[in-house]
Amino acid sequence: MRYLPHTPQDREDMLAKIGVASIDDLFADIPKDKLLPGLVDLPRRKSEMEVERTLSAMAGRNVSASSVAFFVGAGAYKHHVPASVDHLIQRSEFLTSYTPYQPEIAQGTLQYLFEFQTQVARLVAMDVANASMYDGSTGCGEAVLMAHRVTRRRKALLSGGLHPHYAEVVRTLSDMADDAVTTLPPDVQAQEDIVAQIDKETSCVVVQSPDVFGNIRDLEPIAEACHANGALLIAVFTEAVSLGLVKAPGEMGADIVVGEGQSIGNALNFGGPYVGLFATREKYIRQMPGRLCGETVDANGKRGFVLTLSTREQHIRREKATSNICTNSGLCALAFSMHMTLLGGVGLKRLARVNHANAVKLAALLESAGVEVLNRTFFNEFTIRTKGDSAAAVEAMAQRGVLAGVPVSRLLPRAGLDDLLIVANTEVNTDEDRTAFVSAIKAAQ
Amino acid sequence: MLNNQGRSTQPAEAHGAARETFTGNRALDIEESLIFDQNRFDTTGVDVDEPAPFSDRLGGMSRASELELPGLSEPEMVRHYVRLSRKNYSIDTGMFPLGSCTMKHNPRLNEKMARLPGFGDVHPLQPQSTVQGALMLMQELSRWLIELTNMSAVALSPKAGAHGELAGMMAIKAAIASRGEDQTRKTVLVPDSAHGTNPATAALIGFDVQSVPAGEDGLVHPAAVKEKLGPHVAAIMLTNPNTCGLFEREIVEIAAAVHEAGGYFYCDGANFNAIVGIARPGDLGVDAMHINLHKTFSTPHGGGGPGSGPVVLSERLAAFAPLPFLAKDGEGLKLVEERDGNQAFGRMTAFQGQMGMYVRALSYILSHGSDGLRQASQDAVLNANYVRACLSDIFSQPFGDRACMHEVLFDETWLKGTHVSTLDFAKALIDEGFHPMTVYFPLVVKGAMLIEPTESESRASLDLFVMAMRDLAFRALRGDEERFAKAPRFSPRARLDETRAARNPVLKWKKREAWAEAAE
Repeated sequence: MRYLPHTPQDREDMLAKIGVASIDDLFADIPKDKLLPGLVDLPRRKSEMEVERTLSAMAGRNVSASSVAFFVGAGAYKHHVPASVDHLIQRSEFLTSYTPYQPEIAQGTLQYLFEFQTQVARLVAMDVANASMYDGSTGCGEAVLMAHRVTRRRKALLSGGLHPHYAEVVRTLSDMADDAVTTLPPDVQAQEDIVAQIDKETSCVVVQSPDVFGNIRDLEPIAEACHANGALLIAVFTEAVSLGLVKAPGEMGADIVVGEGQSIGNALNFGGPYVGLFATREKYIRQMPGRLCGETVDANGKRGFVLTLSTREQHIRREKATSNICTNSGLCALAFSMHMTLLGGVGLKRLARVNHANAVKLAALLESAGVEVLNRTFFNEFTIRTKGDSAAAVEAMAQRGVLAGVPVSRLLPRAGLDDLLIVANTEVNTDEDRTAFVSAIKAAQ
Repeated sequence: MLNNQGRSTQPAEAHGAARETFTGNRALDIEESLIFDQNRFDTTGVDVDEPAPFSDRLGGMSRASELELPGLSEPEMVRHYVRLSRKNYSIDTGMFPLGSCTMKHNPRLNEKMARLPGFGDVHPLQPQSTVQGALMLMQELSRWLIELTNMSAVALSPKAGAHGELAGMMAIKAAIASRGEDQTRKTVLVPDSAHGTNPATAALIGFDVQSVPAGEDGLVHPAAVKEKLGPHVAAIMLTNPNTCGLFEREIVEIAAAVHEAGGYFYCDGANFNAIVGIARPGDLGVDAMHINLHKTFSTPHGGGGPGSGPVVLSERLAAFAPLPFLAKDGEGLKLVEERDGNQAFGRMTAFQGQMGMYVRALSYILSHGSDGLRQASQDAVLNANYVRACLSDIFSQPFGDRACMHEVLFDETWLKGTHVSTLDFAKALIDEGFHPMTVYFPLVVKGAMLIEPTESESRASLDLFVMAMRDLAFRALRGDEERFAKAPRFSPRARLDETRAARNPVLKWKKREAWAEAAE
């Protein structure tokens, strides 16, 4: 077996050194009747070539984003990632290292986490960011739990513009912990009056912008209402590139900001791994979940970095920890940080303008073709009305080489919004793609 | 004050060390400043053209605040990260015997497979007709995980081990609720030796955690469990093989007792890698167990993630899985994403989990096959016992000299009378070119040193490790305190001041001026 270095002779010698007759003697603690008598009934080992053949055949049955005109978003986005990023994250010392528990020999990881935290904090205009969460949705669940801890209240209020999967993650956690959660009805055109729903029991209000339908929301009045009632505002985003152009949550009074960082540096990966961004105000850092990297000095006075404030965490606090999270999304955070290091503020702003410009172009093309765009505002994603079932339109358009977007019914099956389609348009989409979209949608309905 | 190379601006002599080179670098050991110290706030390393003028549709919600982030050209960026990478120890660098963490070789074929456009460049919300191959892959991985554990179902979506624990405990809570006992069964039993994630997970969803003591032999005994059982107990969370590297011999009896009392048996599967293909948790009475794909099936740890923590469920719990799950759909497959018509307890994450990790894990599994997986477990256990046999004359074992599973546990008794602590010893190992073992875990053993060599280490590699361990041990016992007190001496940084980091947290970069102000 190519991954196992021992020869049969090695094994024999080692057993002799241990002082047992056979390998089975080392498993003597397992009840005899529970030992498998032989191999499980599954295929034997395969060569590299065979594995590659098998898996490539499966991969070949999927339509990849780059092979079609691609407009699917709603929480994950197709962006161009510079080649250097994926090359560098595969450096052995990044790929095959562990959580930096021995900081003297993990300064590479720790320094990039420190840089990542700084980049994220600046991006969202908040005081501090952690070293990443699993993804945006689980980060959102953690943010609600954190708000409960800070306010000592247990009632969350979720906007109808929050990504339905995020709302479901919060609801699952809340149901299990017997916390209260109110989700407002789907709010396609950002018309809900969420402020009216806040009361003295509300621990937090969760609002996404740009929201799942693409609308840009003004969080400032919501933040004011939250603070007047002693609640926290949790601002959510799923498209990190938007922050190059759209007002940052930190500018509008958010207390906790959570977002999906996949857009920057990371591939679509059919849903994961992604990277959750999590930021808050300085006064709440001891209530934050997840790992934090901090600056310090070593015994010779040199600057260095360590994981810090770990008394919040499960390996120290056990059942009293702020979260059960252990793993973060280190390598995806690295990819995010690398891509951001190439972009810089200058490049990110420009990239965001290109995204917005492309979306504006597509919206104009559709409107002139008689398709209704429901959004008054948007960044790189908006919602349109199709004639009839949008899921059927998507299937029909797929036949013409256009993956047109996410039917709202996929996210909200019983909302009666079956004729709505969420369409994303990033820098990867060309004028030809947009023309193909318009002719495909005309043909489909 | 620190300059932009991260060094003190005070004369080096002030720290008692002569300045060895002008740059502060030492050949391949090159200091690297932060990206923020490189004065690149007005540039970008990406060629994006400004779009032609257009009227925006932002509704006046433009960003007003600065976006002060450095943008490095590609050569600068590449050099930055290559230099950083060289300050990390990794499995590819050398032996990484970090107990409980399973640092085994990460085959590069798996990386290649995960990057096939048909897996890596596929969106989670594409029409399901366009992702049948991805669903097939999930189905195939599920089949292997179910077979290897002899369980009834698997929920793939949990994002990491602790998330898998959460999924398993949620399934248990949902099952208890379906029996109408959610107001009475609120206690979860957890041994003191458990991973911190176990009690944290149980507490997160409102269970009361009660600890179960282990016996003198490091094992949990049915009598101790039975004493705590009753109609208030929802579940027990047990790690097997346990965190002391021992197989819980009486697991079948414990499981039976828990079941008889109406509770469920959650098994922390962090150590499943010791028994893959040798014994199956389903045969031992387990109701739910997460599998760390990043341990057992070698998806890379990546400096702390991403992981992946599918949870396998027994027949009693199979219905109470999270959403989404796979189902047959005519000739093909579909993801069930709704709660309608099933007992799923809800969604744990957006989309369907860590697809990139599923591909890597399946690539590993197919490469090994049923025979290779069994051999890998055997070699892992063989290697741990070999290390034990080579060290047990010096290093003390908390539970006597007996066969271990895939990791061997020593304590600090043997260091008594020296001025060397477990931590000092671990740091000295760094100077010898090894990553230290896990130290001070499990918490129930004083000065614990938990060594997990994994099956990836050759005999020559183990022999060198053993010789280095013995040499250090002799030095410690002989009173060569210098060697330990200042260790590590040859790493990019000496020991770091963790107290200072926690007392005055600096969690992001600040401008020099801000530094100067802070110093005053």
